[in-house]
Amino acid sequence: MPKITYITHEKESYTIEVQNGLTVMEGAVQNDIPGIDADCGGGMACATCHVYVKEGWLDKLPKKEDGEEDMLDMAFEPKPNSRLSCQLTVSDTLDGLIVDIPSKQT
Amino acid sequence: MINTDALIIGAGPTGLFTAHQLKLIGLSCEVVDNLDKIGGQCIELYPDKPIYDIPAVPECTGEELINNLIKQLKPFNINFHLNERVDEVKKDNNNWFVKTNNDKIFLTPNIIIAGGVGSFEPRKFSPKECEKFENKSLFYAVKDKKIFGGKTVTIFGGGDSALDWAVELSRNSKVNLVHRRDEFRGAQSTVNKMKELVNSERINLFTKYQLIKAHGSDQIQSIDLKHDDGRTKNLETNYVLGFFGLIMQLGPIAKWGLNIDKKTISVDTEKFETNQKGIYAVGDICSYPGKLKLILSGFHEGALAARACFKLARPDEKYRFEFTTTSSKLLQRLGKKE
Repeated sequence: MPKITYITHEKESYTIEVQNGLTVMEGAVQNDIPGIDADCGGGMACATCHVYVKEGWLDKLPKKEDGEEDMLDMAFEPKPNSRLSCQLTVSDTLDGLIVDIPSKQT
Repeated sequence: MINTDALIIGAGPTGLFTAHQLKLIGLSCEVVDNLDKIGGQCIELYPDKPIYDIPAVPECTGEELINNLIKQLKPFNINFHLNERVDEVKKDNNNWFVKTNNDKIFLTPNIIIAGGVGSFEPRKFSPKECEKFENKSLFYAVKDKKIFGGKTVTIFGGGDSALDWAVELSRNSKVNLVHRRDEFRGAQSTVNKMKELVNSERINLFTKYQLIKAHGSDQIQSIDLKHDDGRTKNLETNYVLGFFGLIMQLGPIAKWGLNIDKKTISVDTEKFETNQKGIYAVGDICSYPGKLKLILSGFHEGALAARACFKLARPDEKYRFEFTTTSSKLLQRLGKKE
């Protein structure tokens, strides 16, 4: 199973095996990783599963759908490497992905 | 003070159907919501998105679902208290004393929390010092646009609210518009209008910038912006407006002595009652083993919580289960029979 690493703002690192087909958000929520709220449950409607993607990974991720960039406008401190983790579906190409969790979601 | 058999907190789909169930079994109820309109997440987050898993409704949008639920409530006279957030809940003998942020008071034996993921609040600026300027020279909504006349106003955001106010205020104020990227998500006609005003130098546009600091003692005097490439810029401004949409926060619910885990309230599956007698939680905000965050589950939970309310509101009567197809009492309440 692909391994995804989540690094919290406090620099705590969690490496989790996430099943193909689940999203990076679901991997975090199911494993109680702090800092990803996912208030709307994956509907791309709230921007509270915001993550910063580690350098080198941006191009390998699923492309942004219409609406993700709009939601990121509302995220807490968005950056060029910001993504909504509910839109990142895990596959073998994402094995080893590292995401940083912002200091807060709201 | 308003006396009622049950108070529903939240006017989303679950709150609406719960109100229907309460009125159908002959109880009175009042509905409170922090938003300025009925509909909750269906209206605030996805009015145009189709929903495919409402039983017997093959496809409908969030807005259509809410309109149908409102239509279903038509036979009943229900008071909605919008723009009101419940701030305080305390025990008063056999009742609950409930107070809103506008000091409206309810006395009721039953409170049904149908609060979704909490109340919608404006998303705020991140620099800490912004808080002390809030509602003085920094706002997340415009209440009185006259105060901006002849002043410099810096507006943040890329959606319709930010664009509409930039266009509107540029008539009588010096307007700076700041957005984190070049694309705007507002209506194309408003985007075009804003761009015309930028060309005629009525609006100063700063894209790929974000707010990093606000300066001033009592009122804002200037702000620092940071560009994506690291450059910073200082802008003199009298007012700052932020339009970053709404976020959901559990808010005051957290202080009512309920069992809360991960922003949800633990309930039983017989009455959907919390650890406090007479306080129930239904819809997305409740949790129990097997909970599904589906609208249809909220309907079921609300129907059962409404029956539980009957016991506390009418302690001397016995609740009798009846069908709308056959009960003349229910048909009377629905206005289908004299």
